[in-house]
Amino acid sequence: MSEATDKSYQPPAPVLAAGQSYTSITGKISDIVLTPRTPVGWGVAFLIAFLFFQVFLVALTYLLYEGVGLWGLNNPVSWGFAIIHFVWWIGIGHAGTLISAILLLLRQQWRNAINRFAEAMTIFAVICAAVFPVFHTGRPWLAIYWLLPYPNSMGVWPQFRSPLMWDVFAVSTYFSVSLVFWYLGLIPDLATLRDRARNRLVRICYGVLSLGWRNSAAHWHRYEMASLLLAGLSTPLVLSVHSIVSFDFSTSLLPGWHTTIFPPYFVAGAVFAGFAMVLTLAIPIRKIYGLELIITDRHLNNMAKVMLATGLIVAYGYFMEAFMAWYSASTWEQFMMKNRMTGPYGGYYWMLILCNVIVPQLLWSKRCRLSTTWLMIVSMFINVGMWLERFVIVVTSLHRDFLPSSWGMYSPTKWDWGLYLGTFGIFFTLFFLFIRVLPMIAIAEIRALVPESHKGK
Amino acid sequence: MREEEFTRKSLGLGGSPLRLEQSMGPEYWRSLDELAGTPAFKEMVAREFPAQASELFDPVSRRNFLKLMSASLALGGLAACTVQPPEKIVPYVRAPENLIPGKPLFFATVSTQGGVATGILVESHLGRPTKVEGNPKHPASLGATDTVTQGTILTLYDPDRAQTVTNAGRPSTWDTLVQQLTQALGTQKAKGGAGLRLLTETVTSPLLGDQIDTLLTEFPQAVWHQWEPGNQDQAQRGAQMALGEVVNTYFDLSQAQIILSLDADFLNAGAAGVRYARQVAAGRRVREGQPQMNRLYVAESTPTATGSLADHRFALRPSQIEGLAFALARRLGVEVQAEGPAPSFEASWLDALARDLKQAAGRSAVIAGDHQPPAVHALAQALNLALGNVGTTVFHTAPLPVKAVDQQQSLAELAAAMEAGQVEVLLILGGNPVYTAPADLRFGQGLRQVPLCVHLGLYEDETSQLCHWHVGESHYLEAWGDARTFDGTASIVQPLIEPLYNTKSANEFMAVLIGQGGRNTYDLLREFWSLQSANPDFETYWKVSLHDGVLAGTTFKPLQVSPQKPLVIPAAGRGHQAQGLELALRLDPHLGDGRHANNGWLQELPRPLTRLMWDNAALISPATASRHGLNSEQLVELAVEGRRQQVPIWVLPGQADETLTLHLGYGRTQAGKVGTGIGFDAYPLRGGNALWQAGGVVLNKTFSTYPLACVQEHHSMEGRHLVRSGSLTEFGRNPNFAAEEARDPPAELTLYPRDEHVSTAPNAWGMVIDLSSCTGCNACMAACQAENNIPVVGKEQVLNGREMHWIRIDRYFKEDPADPEIYHQPVPCMHCENAPCEVVCPVGATVHSEEGLNDMVYNRCVGTRYCNNNCPYKVRRFNFYQYVDHDEASLKLQRNPDVTVRSRGVMEKCTYCVQRINAARIEAKKGDRPIADGEILTACQQVCPTEAIVFGNIKDPQSLVTRLKASPLNYGILTDLNTVPRTTYLARVKNPNPELSEG
Repeated sequence: MSEATDKSYQPPAPVLAAGQSYTSITGKISDIVLTPRTPVGWGVAFLIAFLFFQVFLVALTYLLYEGVGLWGLNNPVSWGFAIIHFVWWIGIGHAGTLISAILLLLRQQWRNAINRFAEAMTIFAVICAAVFPVFHTGRPWLAIYWLLPYPNSMGVWPQFRSPLMWDVFAVSTYFSVSLVFWYLGLIPDLATLRDRARNRLVRICYGVLSLGWRNSAAHWHRYEMASLLLAGLSTPLVLSVHSIVSFDFSTSLLPGWHTTIFPPYFVAGAVFAGFAMVLTLAIPIRKIYGLELIITDRHLNNMAKVMLATGLIVAYGYFMEAFMAWYSASTWEQFMMKNRMTGPYGGYYWMLILCNVIVPQLLWSKRCRLSTTWLMIVSMFINVGMWLERFVIVVTSLHRDFLPSSWGMYSPTKWDWGLYLGTFGIFFTLFFLFIRVLPMIAIAEIRALVPESHKGK
Repeated sequence: MREEEFTRKSLGLGGSPLRLEQSMGPEYWRSLDELAGTPAFKEMVAREFPAQASELFDPVSRRNFLKLMSASLALGGLAACTVQPPEKIVPYVRAPENLIPGKPLFFATVSTQGGVATGILVESHLGRPTKVEGNPKHPASLGATDTVTQGTILTLYDPDRAQTVTNAGRPSTWDTLVQQLTQALGTQKAKGGAGLRLLTETVTSPLLGDQIDTLLTEFPQAVWHQWEPGNQDQAQRGAQMALGEVVNTYFDLSQAQIILSLDADFLNAGAAGVRYARQVAAGRRVREGQPQMNRLYVAESTPTATGSLADHRFALRPSQIEGLAFALARRLGVEVQAEGPAPSFEASWLDALARDLKQAAGRSAVIAGDHQPPAVHALAQALNLALGNVGTTVFHTAPLPVKAVDQQQSLAELAAAMEAGQVEVLLILGGNPVYTAPADLRFGQGLRQVPLCVHLGLYEDETSQLCHWHVGESHYLEAWGDARTFDGTASIVQPLIEPLYNTKSANEFMAVLIGQGGRNTYDLLREFWSLQSANPDFETYWKVSLHDGVLAGTTFKPLQVSPQKPLVIPAAGRGHQAQGLELALRLDPHLGDGRHANNGWLQELPRPLTRLMWDNAALISPATASRHGLNSEQLVELAVEGRRQQVPIWVLPGQADETLTLHLGYGRTQAGKVGTGIGFDAYPLRGGNALWQAGGVVLNKTFSTYPLACVQEHHSMEGRHLVRSGSLTEFGRNPNFAAEEARDPPAELTLYPRDEHVSTAPNAWGMVIDLSSCTGCNACMAACQAENNIPVVGKEQVLNGREMHWIRIDRYFKEDPADPEIYHQPVPCMHCENAPCEVVCPVGATVHSEEGLNDMVYNRCVGTRYCNNNCPYKVRRFNFYQYVDHDEASLKLQRNPDVTVRSRGVMEKCTYCVQRINAARIEAKKGDRPIADGEILTACQQVCPTEAIVFGNIKDPQSLVTRLKASPLNYGILTDLNTVPRTTYLARVKNPNPELSEG
């Protein structure tokens, strides 16, 4: 954003590389799906993901059999990996909605190339996230419906003052709107696949899914209208979901949680983490499927800039936490901050600063922003850093709170790790299925960019 | 197994006692001998807490699963073989008087420790004893009990108890044993019983004494030996030196102004600990406007509950305690002629202490610890006589035991006789001498040479292993008996339930030996006491005695004692020389000499001061640890007189330098499922010359460590104003010192209306805990565990920070780690008016009641644990696993039917004993009256020996709790969070000697 100021203005690189036609784009993207020959590499990757999915099933089954005592939770630290990963996955989902909704409203056409799989990523991440709040409870078989406000003869309702209750609404709304938005965007592409499919069965499948799309002007009109409306609906959700997730912490009275900066800081952190994850996925895919002409350097550059901006907001958040701890003159807050920095988990805090504050500063350099290697390294740091952030918030606040007699330590067990790795299994299993059977780039939206890409010529 | 369960269940409702071995019959055993002998089988029969989490993931247990399955299948078949005798089931035609289902009955009885009785009332639900309370009419109880007594109820239902008669480890019958004994006694009769020996623990039971007398008359050559590790030998030898006779000494501390303890944990141990604690606390009760306080000086090697209450606590090495006693004697004009080198001891505070004692002459007391050498006891007696305390605060009576012997000598004689092959028949009534005998006696080896050896005991323990016969002993709640308390007052041991298993009491066992076999103990007791009693209306006397739990008029008359002048202390009565590292061996505050090792409640109570559970450790001071380069949990090898043992180190502030303290009662090899292999056995270090303390201990470091389960990792208050304290003079100068230490935000400083919590209910429950009285004895924790069905979770879970106690006692050290101030703070649920836990529960499982209770709705809880995160006091407890044992039938009998048994995945916490509140409410409603103050006692309050916990209606201006909350000492913790806690504290007031307190 800033480096352009001193140089003479250059128009941004085209969103779509030159030389593309409607046919080439449609062919390029839909062939990935419609090819009868499944690439060997995909098969191997899918198998690995599926293996981790089995880890998930084992970890979950044993958890249901024995109870959450399997995890490293204890009396001061009653929330651990489960909540850390809930927040982490929900955060990762954010970039998808931001790209599909907010950037649509802002008419950022560069989003067209990446919004499809970013949205898919959102949906899969929310599925992974949703596992944790349900199964971290002591009695998930009851939690799964007692948190819903269903009418019953006993007149018992959930407790609406609890942020966990708000979470239920926030996450379920977010998930359903994201799913509908994603599916809506898929409809024209599903119709394209239907039209191009050679196999009858495949044609029927895509035909059913495309809901009778006939590419008529009336369809397009309604499609555009629905997209705009859903984008309008999703936009506040981007902000609200993570704000509400942050309320789980900020409405409590625990030092380190009880902070008003949490909502914006969590939202920024989520976008930060989400873009890092989009890059983590996009860079290899673009390489493997040869999509460099569709997902161009401009995309990478823009995403890196968003990461830099949100990273700075997050850094401001860290600074403000420390500043307010000092400024509040509260014993509890000051001790919490000191303990966070120099206590037994101090190493995690400084790793977090390294990953989320220091390493992203590399993105000031354009060379770095345009290098897939560097971007990959930076996004991996951010993925880890955002995990550390949630660990630091959850564990360091809980393990030493008000009464020193009750202080304790937290260390995750193999079952904690098992379930976490297992959710990667869910995520990548779904993701690999997605890139095999659905167009990972919005064909219709990319086609809309073709005329523009010819303008330069 | 289903059938067995069913039988046990039916017996719980007052049916016939379980006779396991009858249904199985010896003939079945012969064919299944091999199976019965396998460890798998024993494990299954003996398993106490199958769901105990410490074993949940033990791979060995898992591997044993198949073996167990096959064993249980075989057993299942075995049970099916048994023809059940036809029984008629008849409903109550006329209901027993006073028995209303759902309403408990209370019966008076006594429990004994070291043979000495404490009066208790036992709660019985439809024939099942469930809870022990103190007996207000009993002089040793005054309505409270100690920690261990609370645990004894669990022992009753312990499935590991010996359940039948065994011969060489195999089930046999009582009749076979009687046959064999009769034969053996017949042989003995011919030689006057020359080969017959009887070994008991301390016997204060007049009936048992009478029975033993009869036996000894019949067998004049027979010898009666007595031994238990926590005996009164040292006190008796000291009394012999100082007074020329063996006496029982007790104190009336209600009159004492200055109390000096010479390493005596007299508030938390011993027969009258509960009484002394109440008296001492009453003398420190500035909370009710009393301007005076007694002053407590404690010289001790290792911090104890008593030491933590002290106004002045001196951490002295064991060898220095004797020096202190000599130095005081010199200063107070006691003529002493001591053999051996005169101990020198000087300290800056000695003169002030001597002056203080002298000033309060006649109203002071010097108390010597049971484990101190005879010299210290003699000097304490002499000091009390010199100060004129005898007759006002110190009393002497005839010894409590039927026959007071020097137990160490008595056991040594037995060991020598066994070694010499003179013992042909040995009857061991109670006790576990193989485990507890001094190491140099090699008691076990001697025992192997005895041709016939019968052991009567609650458990098949280390001694039973080496005896030919083991007879399961009835629990004191199962059998009739009698015992004397600290001042000689006798009480009847009244059973509450038929024996659960085929067991015998000591009285029943003796009755068979002396030809009273056909008669039951109740008749023998009645007959015995009708002969003792001069009361013409014996029937009324008997009934009143049973009802009150005290046999009136049996108290010993105080003796007139005269001092030996000069006091001669022989070298044999002196303690060890100060030399190198010193070792102090002490009875464990919860396990005693090891007899309670299989009690999960007592194992899982944090030991006072160390806050360790499930293990003992060599306690060492921070300075000594750093000098030797030792850390907590490091394993070391200790050697005393060439005897070695490996133990872990635990660094404890307040421990005397160059002193290691190790508690007895651990490292049992045959305790049962719970206690076997827990901790480190200290008995191998305990020889005849060093029963309690020794010098010249050799310490060898090892490089291994051993994890110890400590429930409190952090010792400092971190400058947070949790325990507030001041001296009596400070309190006089500024009564508001506690409130001023940390100012609460003004009440108006809130966005919410202050009257939000005003309720129209007539009651508002609140609690005050007086930190000036709390000794940190843990009785409240034990009582809460018994009352509220709190599960035992095991060491692994404790290491994970998942202990379940609803009330805990936080212990903080302040200032100098070498000589810290020690504070205890019991923390139950605060029942905050603005409870942070309530707003965060998504399902409304924790809600506020009209009367201000913060209630848990277990049925509704889904276990998000958010409430626990948001509880600043961290008093909530979560069932991470299925902690409550749903499978062990006998344990079910113990549970309080008025309290929900919680399942896995549910949060729980202190309820202020809501079941007791509701019971009182029902009574009050029946009488159409308000609930009176003091009508509701929470379990922790009722058991508290020092009455530190006060509960009541804070809307009633007359109630004690309201008056105490108005005290300037009253403060709440973490009130700046605007939680408005209903549980508040009274700041600790100490009464240091102005001469000694700097500034």
